[in-house]
Amino acid sequence: MIRLFQNRRSWAAPYILFLVLLVVLPLVLIAYYAFTDAAGHFTIANFVQFFTKQEAVNTFIYSIAIAVITTLICLLLGYPAAYIMAMRSFSTPQVMAMLFILPMWINFLLRTIATVELFHMFGIPLGEGALLFGMVYDFLPFMIYPIYNTLQKMDVSLLEAAHDLGANRVQTFTKVVFPLSMPGIYSGIVMVFMPTVSTFAISELLTHNKITLFGSLIQRSFGEGGIAMWNYGAALSLIMLIIIGATSFFGQDDTEAEQKGGLL
Amino acid sequence: MQKSQFIIEVNHVSKQFGDGKFALNDVSLQVTKGEFVTILGPSGCGKTTLLRCIAGFQVATSGDILLNGSDVTDMPPHQRPVNTVFQKYALFPHLNVFDNVAFGLKLRGVEREEMIRRVRKALKMVSMSDYEYRDVDSLSGGQQQRVAIARAIINEPEVLLLDEPLAALDRKMRADMQMELRDMHRKLGITFIYVTHDQEEALTLSDRIVVMREGKIQQIGTPTDIYNEPQNCFVANFIGESNILDAVMVRDRLVRFCGRDFECIDEGFGEDTEVDVVIRPEDVYIWKADKQGNADQTDFADQADYDPDDRIPKGHFTRFYGEVISSIFKGVHYEMTVKTEDGYEFEVQDYHEFKPGTKVGMLVKPEDIQVMRKERLCNTFAGIYMPQNRVGFLEAEWDVPERMSERFEAGEQVQVEVDFNRVNLQDDEEEGVLAGEVHFILYKGDHYHITIRTDDGDDIFVDTNDIWDVGDRVGIKIAPSYIRLKKKQVKEQQTEQNDDQTVSK
Repeated sequence: MIRLFQNRRSWAAPYILFLVLLVVLPLVLIAYYAFTDAAGHFTIANFVQFFTKQEAVNTFIYSIAIAVITTLICLLLGYPAAYIMAMRSFSTPQVMAMLFILPMWINFLLRTIATVELFHMFGIPLGEGALLFGMVYDFLPFMIYPIYNTLQKMDVSLLEAAHDLGANRVQTFTKVVFPLSMPGIYSGIVMVFMPTVSTFAISELLTHNKITLFGSLIQRSFGEGGIAMWNYGAALSLIMLIIIGATSFFGQDDTEAEQKGGLL
Repeated sequence: MQKSQFIIEVNHVSKQFGDGKFALNDVSLQVTKGEFVTILGPSGCGKTTLLRCIAGFQVATSGDILLNGSDVTDMPPHQRPVNTVFQKYALFPHLNVFDNVAFGLKLRGVEREEMIRRVRKALKMVSMSDYEYRDVDSLSGGQQQRVAIARAIINEPEVLLLDEPLAALDRKMRADMQMELRDMHRKLGITFIYVTHDQEEALTLSDRIVVMREGKIQQIGTPTDIYNEPQNCFVANFIGESNILDAVMVRDRLVRFCGRDFECIDEGFGEDTEVDVVIRPEDVYIWKADKQGNADQTDFADQADYDPDDRIPKGHFTRFYGEVISSIFKGVHYEMTVKTEDGYEFEVQDYHEFKPGTKVGMLVKPEDIQVMRKERLCNTFAGIYMPQNRVGFLEAEWDVPERMSERFEAGEQVQVEVDFNRVNLQDDEEEGVLAGEVHFILYKGDHYHITIRTDDGDDIFVDTNDIWDVGDRVGIKIAPSYIRLKKKQVKEQQTEQNDDQTVSK
């Protein structure tokens, strides 16, 4: 028994190695670079530089706003889609799910480039609208799928119980279905918000670099700024990490509160 | 609208699912206000479907359902004055105990103070007062069930529907809850409709029992009626232990089985009619017999309460004799199998043990012999006579003796009859003309009466001494000489009847 246990533990070794080399180490490096200057001395100048530069802060706020709006649109479009998919007894629900997942079979860069071409074809100018469209288009499946999953797993007898106790369809939805799908909504929000707040490729392609997002700012610090900008870029990355970390914690806390009946 | 005397009327309700199978087949049922009615049957008999039709979760394909005299057949569940206790409780996991119970009141906008008062009262009723703010997931199965009951009764429904509410509880818990449900029914005074597959539960709880099988009601009656006077072999076999035997009604009040004539109290079956008799194991008087068949005085001296003379009821009752072949202690009584001189096996229950090998005498009082009309005397199928001495029935072709060609023409519709004991079952389904599955087994004392359901859904009834299990795949063969053919027009009516029976049985 113990040997088996030890054996099992050893199976995790490759993953731990992977984790240390490709996740922990880079994170430590980012933190190191963020708090040092080019000469390797400790400093918080990188952060001061960011917070005093109006343009950078604006970009940061704008990026978050775009991410929030994208997430909201995804939620508004994704929830009904997931609901219809889960509730209607399609003879082949897998096919429906597949239709939503299918776009993800194509690399999102290719899809974005194709979107640009579409906009050109119909003569629609690129810009903020195109950016939002592209983001929603790319990340909608990430919203639909977790919501679909929670709805689909929901015990039908709960809905019947609500009906039985006098709830009509709307009341059943607001008092039972929606509160019980909150875990799915939270993971959907986190899964859409996280990539949208950090993306840069979509904004570059769909706005021809006219709109700069926070992700682009980081990318440029590393890509164009040369080694001198690495410390600043690392500081920006760290700020974004904190934002993303905060959203996922926010989601978790609320999921627990929700399960304890905090919503009604 | 005129108020009906029944709170629920189910009139000729059928429910057919997408695959064409009938979950309910022409079910009719009337329930009086305040009754405790149990719908009892094995899984897949349609009992839950019937309950769901009454609750409104399923809409009947045909027929109608009246609640308090008004038609609710198409009314959505939230408008019906009924509430349901679900098998797996279906408590809302995102609400605590209080909010679960208050759910229905909140929807109806009951004032807060009134609501709190009523929730407390309902929780008190199910002895869950201290659990108001507990998370439902932290409760045990029994506690969850109590909350589910409180949630349903707080709305003061006219009818409470309970769908196997105790199925998930352990035995001891179930017995306690049964008593509580009975008390609750008495206190609340509302009508309970209770679905279960547990015959003991049904006998304990109900005012009336509805026995169902394969979408059809088999019998409706009080627990004692159902137990003492089952209307067919299925009911007799499903409820309690029973000895079911082939018998012949010699004349009124006289029935012949085990090679002897027995007095009974049934009349109106006609003379020399084939019937089934049911004898409950506890109704058999048994004693250790000496060579003359009288009670043996020598043995059992050590058992103070065994008085050999008291074992035989006074009066002229037909006695029969046999040898105990097995004995099992069941706690209060012994369950013994006795093989009679004519080779019939009898289940007998008694407080005294008669060890295997003991020669015993037995008798059954006339009022303990329940006589039932036989559902059928032989297999009857509608068929078509075909060229080359073949006949088609049950979607297969069968050989018949050559001489038949003198009486029938090719293409002629015929009635096919086959005796139960002339159907030959094969282990290898490929060897039979037709393949099927053992669907139901009834032990008849000296043989098994087996229902084989063919792959096309038809039933063939077989008497055999071989032991089969339900679900066994078998091949079906019938020797040509045992297939009786009759002209169709002569017995047309009976053929139709048979078609009916193949659906029901």
